[in-house]
Amino acid sequence: MTIEEYLYYIILPVLAISVLLVFCRFVIGPSIADRVVALDLLITIGITLIAIYSIVYNQSTFLDIAMILGLIAFLSTVAFSYYLEKRNRKKREKSKGDE
Amino acid sequence: MSDVFIVILSSLGALFILLAAVGFVRMPDSYLRISVTTKAVTLGVGLILASAAIYFDNLSVTSRVLAIILFIILTSPVGAHLIGRASYFSGNKLWEKSITDELEGKYQPNSHRLSSGEEYEDEDEKRKKKIRERDLL
Repeated sequence: MTIEEYLYYIILPVLAISVLLVFCRFVIGPSIADRVVALDLLITIGITLIAIYSIVYNQSTFLDIAMILGLIAFLSTVAFSYYLEKRNRKKREKSKGDE
Repeated sequence: MSDVFIVILSSLGALFILLAAVGFVRMPDSYLRISVTTKAVTLGVGLILASAAIYFDNLSVTSRVLAIILFIILTSPVGAHLIGRASYFSGNKLWEKSITDELEGKYQPNSHRLSSGEEYEDEDEKRKKKIRERDLL
């Protein structure tokens, strides 16, 4: 068994199972914070998938895309949390104004 | 020799990511979920990227991998803290079996400023007193 076959037939299915589990939580997640964290986690596992594919197909340029995905994951988490907090503040001010 | 390292590192990384995913589904509370996933997934991603660096054995790939690992190690705690803070402000409940909530009543609900609880009230009262004195004068 070569190293490429080991990565392709054992590591990739394990990562695929973990992506499915995270996606379950993304669908059922009761609060919106769970969904944001699940999205972040999906992108982060996508980075590892790209790393494994770059080994299997011997293309080191795939790692550039992994870097960009890491940047986007952080950006999306920060943006989502910023707007969540803003929305809460607006809601609270609104309810205060109603009183 | 490097094949052995690649197999060990990638297996450990995949195992950590799988455990993080299982914990993400099984944990009862969104704060516990955040705390479980950030650490385990960061370690797993780092290990698998390190195995890619060993496989290519190339300076440009190694520097790229080190940049990705450094960036993930820097940003994942920051993102977890931000989203945990936002979910606490939005009134997300803790697990009913958790023992204490140390943040309870320690932030101002409108300005979202966290404090030790007492000092802001005192400052507010001081400010009100000053305004009152000014009005009287």
